[in-house]
Amino acid sequence: MKDQQFSKPRRTFLKTATLALSISMGLGLSAPGTSYAEVGEPEKEDLKFGFIKLTDMAPLAIAYEKGYFEDEGLYVTLEAQANWKVLLDGVIDGQLDGAHMLAGQPLAATIGFGTKAHIITPLSMDLNGNGITVSNDIWEQMKPNVPKMKDGRPQHPIKADYLKPVVEKYKADGKPFKMGMVFPVSTHNYELRYWLAAGGINPGYYAPDKGDISGQLQADVLLSVTPPPQMPSTMEAGTIYGYCVGEPWNQQAVFKGIGVPVITDYEIWKDNPEKVFGMTKEFTEKYPNTTVRVVKAMLRAAMWLDADNNANRPAAVKYLSQPNYVGADYDVIANSMTGTFEYEKGDKREVPDFNVFFRYNATYPYYSDAIWYLSQMRRWGQIAEQKPDSWYFETAKKVYRPDIYEKAAKELIAEGKMKAADFPDFASEDGFREPQTEFIDGITYDGKKPNAYLESLPIGLKGKDKI
Amino acid sequence: MNRLLDFLSRENSSGAARKLVKSVGVSVAAFSIFLMLWSALAAQVQTSLGVLPGPAKVWEQAIVLVDEHKVERGKEAAFMARQEVRNAEKLAKNPDAEVKIRPYTGKATFFDQILTSLLTVATGFLIASLVAIPIGIATGMSQTLYAAFNPIIQLFKPVSPLAWLPIVTMVVSAVYVSKDPLFAKSFLTSAITVTLCCLWPTIINTAVGVSSVDKDLLNVGRVLRLPWLTRTIKIVLPSSIPMMFTGLRLSLGIGWMVLIAAEMLAQNPGLGKFVWDEFQNGSSNSLARIMVAVLVIGLLGFALDRGMLMLQRKFSWDKSAALR
Repeated sequence: MKDQQFSKPRRTFLKTATLALSISMGLGLSAPGTSYAEVGEPEKEDLKFGFIKLTDMAPLAIAYEKGYFEDEGLYVTLEAQANWKVLLDGVIDGQLDGAHMLAGQPLAATIGFGTKAHIITPLSMDLNGNGITVSNDIWEQMKPNVPKMKDGRPQHPIKADYLKPVVEKYKADGKPFKMGMVFPVSTHNYELRYWLAAGGINPGYYAPDKGDISGQLQADVLLSVTPPPQMPSTMEAGTIYGYCVGEPWNQQAVFKGIGVPVITDYEIWKDNPEKVFGMTKEFTEKYPNTTVRVVKAMLRAAMWLDADNNANRPAAVKYLSQPNYVGADYDVIANSMTGTFEYEKGDKREVPDFNVFFRYNATYPYYSDAIWYLSQMRRWGQIAEQKPDSWYFETAKKVYRPDIYEKAAKELIAEGKMKAADFPDFASEDGFREPQTEFIDGITYDGKKPNAYLESLPIGLKGKDKI
Repeated sequence: MNRLLDFLSRENSSGAARKLVKSVGVSVAAFSIFLMLWSALAAQVQTSLGVLPGPAKVWEQAIVLVDEHKVERGKEAAFMARQEVRNAEKLAKNPDAEVKIRPYTGKATFFDQILTSLLTVATGFLIASLVAIPIGIATGMSQTLYAAFNPIIQLFKPVSPLAWLPIVTMVVSAVYVSKDPLFAKSFLTSAITVTLCCLWPTIINTAVGVSSVDKDLLNVGRVLRLPWLTRTIKIVLPSSIPMMFTGLRLSLGIGWMVLIAAEMLAQNPGLGKFVWDEFQNGSSNSLARIMVAVLVIGLLGFALDRGMLMLQRKFSWDKSAALR
């Protein structure tokens, strides 16, 4: 024990130094001027990818339907999965060659929270795209607290402060206040927690070292897992009072008349990273050409989805409404995909960036995005002990692979299918976004200082805190 | 309606034809009443996915499903053509390249799912019958074997096959490991689950049939000093066939029901998955599409049963026995 304490600072320093060096030099050295080698034939041509029925699986559907996969010599089968756990297990045991994943999944799998396996992500699939919905009953109780605009409609963004009295009333009555999210390491879990905590409601802690993975310790609101397509029916049955999920399952609640979306994740954190494409490290090492080609096809699909100011979105919605993809009604999917979002029935508002697939470098696997998810895992106790900043950097580097992304992007530029301006400047990109300032509670996130960031959050573990 | 039937029947001089017309007429009348009731009552039920679909909406979706199938087949043809072009290009670039034509990677249509389900149930049922009939005969003929097997049979008979599903899934994925598998794992899992629940009715009924062979017949066999095998084939089997088929029909019926449930639960390809997927999609057409599936499942179950009945008629020595 003592020994460790002695050597730790030194090691940490060394790690940080090497890392800083590699971040600042590594990408810079390999970028321009290096001889550009064409990617060879794919080593594996028949691939099976998994997805969950959510609109943000769109890049996969488009890459298939538009023939982008076939252009790369890949024959892909897309298969809907029952839930996120089944999907992750499918990728780990090789039944799936890759999948539409929650950003937290590759990270959690790699650090061993849940099933341990080294999963990497060569590209992000989209920004934003989630919402928080509460049942009609809860909305009626919440609504009197919500400030109104001049025309009588609620003022957005709706903060969790307005939900707090309702939660307190339930608590006083001895009734647990239950909400659903889709997976313990899902973006939805962290967004819902962020929103609740920003309103002074404690969403509860995990304590994996004590065997508690329910995430309900000291909780004001009990969060539990429900697969996305089942959210509306679970809320209708009264098992949960609200949920955080991706589209179309918030709009579905409006159409079915069973609930009211109160906030989108765009308002919780503007342009937050959402799904990623995950593959095992083993796969990418065994089939490097295939990997790059998959990324190429998906980049083209993402660009198509955002091209000409979302001009292709209606066509995309048509594909997604097919029963083998998302399968919900055209109108339900179109609501969010074409830039509007319906809150209360009839209260439709413009959210042009609700689903972003390519703009704002949405596809680039930023280390800082990975580190935000790791910081939230620490905040809520999924990572039980304090970790040095260097650990965050190392883990992000292990999982997020801009090197593969860069190869695919350069290939597409060389083929004339895309322009260099479509991508970040690879020569100077260090993998960290500028400090993010547009959170609902106004707290700034700087990916280069994860521990300092944790200190700045009011509710949550920080420093040496343990549950 | 009745008067019309009477009129029709008076016109027909032969009694048999009259009977036929009457029974068909009654069936048609009952079915029309059913459709009317369905259509009237369904309109009263408001679900969160809209009104419960009536016969008209269901028929409409049945047509849509047929159209979707045709469209998908067209896409498949295009996919195959593209593959050939691409393979040719690849060979032109590198003559040693390995090329192959792979099956279509698009979605499985409703009719593909029906075929999958039928194939699965047939496989499961066949395996079960091949195992169960010999065991049934053996236990029926020997008291000792009966005493040995009976506790096991009684223990497993009442187990819902769905309880087996997780175990079967794990065992299949652990044991069935091959680089180029002949069957998909999901297919095997479903088929074995069907097998597990098809075993018991066949074993029990066969055993009962065999043990209740007329003692006189067995005695005749003994008097003639027929060898054991001949006695089994000539006397025991023929007279136990009706019971055996009762068991087989029961098994197939249960197998079909279980298969749909297993496919729903395990997300294995087939009609059950079709139903579950539509339920998950929650589109305004989902309920109608599920009802199409329900009707098709019913029709196919009925057809399977009739098929077994025909087989039974063919094999049964007692052609006079009333079978229904």
